[in-house]
Amino acid sequence: MSKKWLSLISMVLAIGMVAVLAVGCGGPAKTDSTEIKIGGDFEITGGVANFGKSTVNGIQLAFKEVNAKGGILGKKIVLVLADNKSEPSEAANAITKLITQDKVVTVLGPVASSNVLAASQIAIDNKIPLLTATATASKVTVGDDGKVKDYIFRACFIDPFQGEVMANFAAKSLKVKTAAIYVDNASDYSKGLAQVFEEKFIKNGGQIVAREAFLAKDTDFKSALTKMKASNPDVIFIPAYYQEVGLIVKQARELGMNTPMIGTDGWDSPKVVEIAGAAALNNTFFSNHYSPEDKDPHVTSFVEAYKKEYGQVPDALAALGYDAALMLIDAIKRANSAEPAKIKDALAQTKNLQVSTGILTLDASHNPVKSAVVIELKDGKQTFKEKINP
Amino acid sequence: MRVKAKRDLLSLGACLLLYAIIQLLIEVDVIGQFWVLNIVLIGINIILGVSLNLINGFTGQFSIGHAGFMAVGAYVGAVMTVKLHLPFIVAILAGAAGAGILGFAIGLPTLRLSGDYLAIATLGLGEIIRITILNIPYVGGASGLMGIPRLTNFTWVFFATVFTVFFIKNFINSSHGRACISVRENEIAAEAMGVDTTKYKVMAFTIGAAFAGVAGALFAHYFYIVHPASFTFMKSFDLLTIVVLGGLGSITGSITAAILLTFVSAALAGYPEMRMVIYSLMLIGLMLFRPQGLFGNKEISLKFFNRLKGGSPRDAA
Amino acid sequence: MDSSSFLMQFAQQLINGVSLGSIYALIALGYTMVYGTIKLINFAHGDVYMVGAYIGFFATTVLGLGFLPALLLAMVGAGILGMFIERAAYRPLRNAPKIAVLITAIGVSLFLEYGSMLLVTPQPRTFPAVLSSTPIHIGGLIINSQQVLILGVSLFLMVVLTYVVNYTKLGKAMRAVSFDTDTARLMGIDVDKVISYTFAVGSALAAAAGVLVGVYYNSIDPLMGIMPGLKAFVAAVLGGIGVIPGAMLGGVLMGVIEALVSGFISSTFRDAAAFGILIIILLFKPAGLLGKNIREKV
Repeated sequence: MSKKWLSLISMVLAIGMVAVLAVGCGGPAKTDSTEIKIGGDFEITGGVANFGKSTVNGIQLAFKEVNAKGGILGKKIVLVLADNKSEPSEAANAITKLITQDKVVTVLGPVASSNVLAASQIAIDNKIPLLTATATASKVTVGDDGKVKDYIFRACFIDPFQGEVMANFAAKSLKVKTAAIYVDNASDYSKGLAQVFEEKFIKNGGQIVAREAFLAKDTDFKSALTKMKASNPDVIFIPAYYQEVGLIVKQARELGMNTPMIGTDGWDSPKVVEIAGAAALNNTFFSNHYSPEDKDPHVTSFVEAYKKEYGQVPDALAALGYDAALMLIDAIKRANSAEPAKIKDALAQTKNLQVSTGILTLDASHNPVKSAVVIELKDGKQTFKEKINP
Repeated sequence: MRVKAKRDLLSLGACLLLYAIIQLLIEVDVIGQFWVLNIVLIGINIILGVSLNLINGFTGQFSIGHAGFMAVGAYVGAVMTVKLHLPFIVAILAGAAGAGILGFAIGLPTLRLSGDYLAIATLGLGEIIRITILNIPYVGGASGLMGIPRLTNFTWVFFATVFTVFFIKNFINSSHGRACISVRENEIAAEAMGVDTTKYKVMAFTIGAAFAGVAGALFAHYFYIVHPASFTFMKSFDLLTIVVLGGLGSITGSITAAILLTFVSAALAGYPEMRMVIYSLMLIGLMLFRPQGLFGNKEISLKFFNRLKGGSPRDAA
Repeated sequence: MDSSSFLMQFAQQLINGVSLGSIYALIALGYTMVYGTIKLINFAHGDVYMVGAYIGFFATTVLGLGFLPALLLAMVGAGILGMFIERAAYRPLRNAPKIAVLITAIGVSLFLEYGSMLLVTPQPRTFPAVLSSTPIHIGGLIINSQQVLILGVSLFLMVVLTYVVNYTKLGKAMRAVSFDTDTARLMGIDVDKVISYTFAVGSALAAAAGVLVGVYYNSIDPLMGIMPGLKAFVAAVLGGIGVIPGAMLGGVLMGVIEALVSGFISSTFRDAAAFGILIIILLFKPAGLLGKNIREKV
């Protein structure tokens, strides 16, 4: 034995010192009085980077528009991004950096509910509001004890609402008795919706005849579809995002399944039509925040601006990101201050705010109350089917 | 023997001093929350790196499923505190036991394989563990297991790390450890010398898995939630990177690499879009520059520093 | 379920499995070739497949090329990329421990994924329909014409590769390098050149797979190579890595296992079952199905 262990310790010590120096030098960023810093804790890399990117695009568009009009409270609003690698512990890491190093006043993001749940406790501990555009699990804003989390807000539907909308739609409008559920086993969004749908559909007298699962990024669904075909459901519920949905619908039709298929806001993207093809999508329905037939100028101007900026039609996540940014801008304006506590109070009182996806009011649980529409895809075109008020 | 004990005590004293300094800096808030979090991550990564090094570096068994054992430790530990309301120490021990038992059960049949075949088998096992967790509603499936209290802090992580490093260091210096190294150097020769190679391979695998379980339990109780997304094969690759970058068969190497990579990852957090590109280029560059890892299979020691300073190596010592 | 409909379903699942498996096989062929020559698990292979798909995509959309020219362009592009990767990242490590090269390969893989994410954004792109896709009905069974094409292409490439490796000069050189690099060099074989060619061919194969799969599934994204790459690797190992027909066999077997597990057990355990069967097979045949079990001599 030599003294290696001692020296090992001294080495660790040395690195520890470097760390301290790093904290000392690169520590708290300077606060610029002409800027309002908003943190963005997003999935920039990793499995769901595409959703993170869409959401960030939406937010940056909204910030750009408001800055072009002179900003808020005479200051420019800037988004400081941090990557969470699509993973909960990294989401906690990223939000800690945003709050303690960058000194942001509010954090937007992450996309996935599990990542939000990991980040939210840190936001609460530091008394910084966290507004997620897209996390749909009920538990995001309400704790296990049933208490609403003071500092946590969201801009999207919650699972119980959308799941119930589609269960009722299947039972009452499509008048079907049996359903199959095809769920993304790796996504809490998908699993949450599937669970609510199943409960409500059975409550309406329906029967679930098949439950199959895939994993995000799968590309071949024919085996599970073949199996589902044998159980002969009247409808297939696919709570998932557009890339997989497009492939599932395409492959189901190739297998000769003409069953109606229904889904949720994750379907909202022109990619569904590009991947599946217009004909395959006939007889499919999904719930969404707004209908594009809706000639509401807010909807159309958002879509136009987004296309101009990024050269593509926005998907649901981009729209929700844009909306979350609008909610935050509105709250800062009403609070007339960029202090976290005041922004939090103002966010909680969001009322009748015109956003790209409709008119939005936050309820006592910090969930948006907005009506949902069911959209039917006809020859690749989204057409309005019915409107459901909360 | 007495000299050795004295040195161990000295190192322990140095550890306590290091602990006291960092803890003090945390108390007076010189080290902010963000760096505390990363120091905790460093500790967890050291445990994972050193335990994987025991399997890969010292025993020479090519395992790339370490994230799976970490996942088992994390979930078992979290179930102990969240569902059964047991104390944290029980959770850590249960995490270690869970992962260790699984490591034993998996190691026994698969360690008959060697080289790349063992690698792919362990990779597959890691994925099987993750997929199985995804399908257990009791632990939340795809939503992850939520509501885990934050019980892990710097103190826990620090002492768990010190314990792990000392345990594995002493194991390697014991006759069992020497047997493991003999398996790495030449399995057939080892067998001919009467070393029960299967026994030592499984032993190293089980110990490595158990410490991964400890790391998992600590990890789970720091981030409020455990989620299958944290334990993909990419995580196993990250851990393998720590081991190889530090040097196969070098504990100090693993420690240095764990610190280095965690710091780099933290420092790059401010460049979200370039982060992985820079990280990957750095990884390629470092491997081209030091293919045998930063320290090879050497441990860093005072001798090493002396040599750096141009002092004469005291090889006889 | 009565017996005839059971049989129908079984047959349909077999078709599904073979068509999925032929994709794994297509990727596995390149994997196994590189492995066969230099014993390197080239984890970046799945990402070269992705790059190939993107080259094909831009060739059809931006340059407006047809299917075949786009396929060739993608293969050439990826072949050059493969040679470049080998030259820059693997060749300097020729005498380094294998595991170091593996880490470099992981680095290259991450670089390709996130580098292309920077270039083309993480959002998926949809391939234009450059190939017609018509369902073919045989009795009650359904198969897509593109599936048949993919299966045909992978069989064809398997035969071509087997021929190249066994009967051409380059193939002989490859086998010599694989058998004993140093002796091969003594015999006058330009080892670096042979390895470089091997990478070019392997990467071109990956690109062919990328374009075909891109056209078939119609959707590509920068992370599309990860899972297929991993599964193709598993397939190659299953069949006996380094053995060309083994890649085909392993790929098809993986596909069929996945289809049957989804179809008759549960789709939730599909991947777990695929890996589980791999492990069981390895325990009984440690070198894979067609691999030769070489006893180490003392």
